[in-house]
Amino acid sequence: MSEPKTIYDKIWESHLVYEDNNDCLLYIDRHLIHEVTSPQAFEGLRMSNRSVRKPSNALAVADHNIPTTDRSKGIGDEESEIQIQTLEDNCKEFGIEYIKTSDKRQGIVHIIGPEQGFTLPGLTIVCGDSHTSTHGAFGALAHGIGTSEVEHVLATQTLIQKKAKNFRVTINGKCNQNVTAKDLALSVIGAIGTAGGTGYVIEYTGEAVKSLTIEGRMTLCNLTIEAGARAGLISPDEKTFEYLKDRPMSPKGDDWDKALEYWKTLPSDEGAKYDKSIEIDAANLSPLVTWGTSPEDVISIDGNIPKPEDIEDDSKRSAVKRSLDYMNLTPGSPIKGVEIDRVFIGSCTNGRIEDLREAASIVEGKKVSNNVVAMVVPGSGLVKEQAEKEGLDKIFLSAGFEWREPGCSMCLAMNADKLAPKERCASTSNRNFEGRQGREGRTHLVSPSMAAAAAIKGCLTDVRELIN
Amino acid sequence: MEKFTSVKGIAATMLNKSGNQLSLMMNIDTDMIIPKQFLKTIKRSGLGKNLFDEMRYDMNGNEIESFVLNRDPFTKAQILIAGKNFGCGSSREHAPWSILDFGIKVIIAPSFADIFFNNCFKNGILPIKLSEEKINLLVDDSMKGVEFEVNLINQLIIINEKEFSFEVDVINKDCLVKGLDDIGSTLARATYIDEYEKKVLDNFAWRNPGRD
Repeated sequence: MSEPKTIYDKIWESHLVYEDNNDCLLYIDRHLIHEVTSPQAFEGLRMSNRSVRKPSNALAVADHNIPTTDRSKGIGDEESEIQIQTLEDNCKEFGIEYIKTSDKRQGIVHIIGPEQGFTLPGLTIVCGDSHTSTHGAFGALAHGIGTSEVEHVLATQTLIQKKAKNFRVTINGKCNQNVTAKDLALSVIGAIGTAGGTGYVIEYTGEAVKSLTIEGRMTLCNLTIEAGARAGLISPDEKTFEYLKDRPMSPKGDDWDKALEYWKTLPSDEGAKYDKSIEIDAANLSPLVTWGTSPEDVISIDGNIPKPEDIEDDSKRSAVKRSLDYMNLTPGSPIKGVEIDRVFIGSCTNGRIEDLREAASIVEGKKVSNNVVAMVVPGSGLVKEQAEKEGLDKIFLSAGFEWREPGCSMCLAMNADKLAPKERCASTSNRNFEGRQGREGRTHLVSPSMAAAAAIKGCLTDVRELIN
Repeated sequence: MEKFTSVKGIAATMLNKSGNQLSLMMNIDTDMIIPKQFLKTIKRSGLGKNLFDEMRYDMNGNEIESFVLNRDPFTKAQILIAGKNFGCGSSREHAPWSILDFGIKVIIAPSFADIFFNNCFKNGILPIKLSEEKINLLVDDSMKGVEFEVNLINQLIIINEKEFSFEVDVINKDCLVKGLDDIGSTLARATYIDEYEKKVLDNFAWRNPGRD
């Protein structure tokens, strides 16, 4: 009998094209492309007179730069317009499928991949975007790459890789009310730190992970990169298969049956070896919020902001001090009640239908606080359409939220959606870095229901108080 | 890509101040290195002037004097020293492009984020992992503007009479030293890729994306 393997080991081995000691060439099944990290790659191909090896393995869409207001009149910003047009032109030149900005399937790359059934278990998936880890929710090996590697994949359909180590994160127990996949992810980052997963692929397992919906699993895997690991993985199960069945690009008929048979062999074997393991008990968690400028700066909503003097490590202490100055927070005081100016619900982390339902359930029948500007940006045109079918748009609009067109929006603030200096935002996005949502903007990462609660109360709030 | 054998130059250190104490700045993310408003370019060049933009310039675009890369001789720095987890966050290759365009060819830190680390080698930048204790021994000389030599062939950082050795992966070293184009060397193995694709097509047809 062969040695027990993790799902990562299995996908790795099945994609090895060439191996010579540490020099490995890994086959890439899917390549998602967007406007920001691809123009230089296509330019590189042209300069070296190279072609795209397998254009059908790629799918392109504009998301980072695109305005979330009415785009029928154009993009509005000259540089963004050029970048988006360049993507469309490049796709045409090299024969890659491009989803136009006017297409209702347009949306954030990591939302449309699964929606279209482009994302499947057992595949290798890359994109010039660090949140490619999202697709690991399906049991695919998915990670972000730089532009040079985008060019490499276009030209060769492979990547030069070194095998990462296996890291198992087991989340036991059941989540308390209003503790979501976002909170699970933040708790992992808080526990291991933003470099805790460097050099590893993280596999999530345990009762709390298995209980998550596919949307929740995507949120969890999405944030894996914030823990330093390039890829997160969850073994596929019946929920995965049900989600993928009959998606436009998923296998059909005989191919589906063969795929299914194969996918069932993917879960990690009993007794597989992990280089590192941690366990977290979901039952101990409350809704979480970040206080600082690193996603590891996590506390419970009923917790207090840390004091730099309590921290022993010099580098860490000065980093905390810098964060607290930037965030303009008082050490030792409660995080609950800190007033906010903006709320952002959306992004590849929390811009799916389930996230909007979760937020709408809190918002329904209530009003956004007078001092808050709040917006909802669906992750894709299809998410938007579904939400409108369910009447979620009306719930948000009548509460005073803005209801926008799909895109990355204020998660990275490359378009017009950004924080003004010193503005404070409760955000469902993935990074609270200095300047991430706008220069001198202050970001608190939270779940969709916590963001909704903050919008209603005008301050960071324990969502459970709005329900009970 | 330009060949990399050794670099002689000034080393700038990224420090955080807490009271009177200076310490290495940790978790320098790629948003800090090159903020998103500069990612709208369709070129690789010209990003050096916006390296660390929001730390380097005030709201009116004036240089902030206290920032290390605005002070002589560090305006000419070719080596950057920083705290752990350098380059975390976004995969944007604009980060190494802006670093290189500024003139920095070596980054020394206790640890790097994976994607950024990889991106460096693709652009002729040498990221060196060195323990925090060893890095602390470099900081004084760096702040005094003493010339550093980073010799990749012998894997040594040389400052006056002091020498510090460092590790580098054989393949990455070879790439830098020869200035190799990855794509060219992979395409030289195209027969392996052909064979692999045939095998997939024969046995795993479902792996190809379905299109109506």
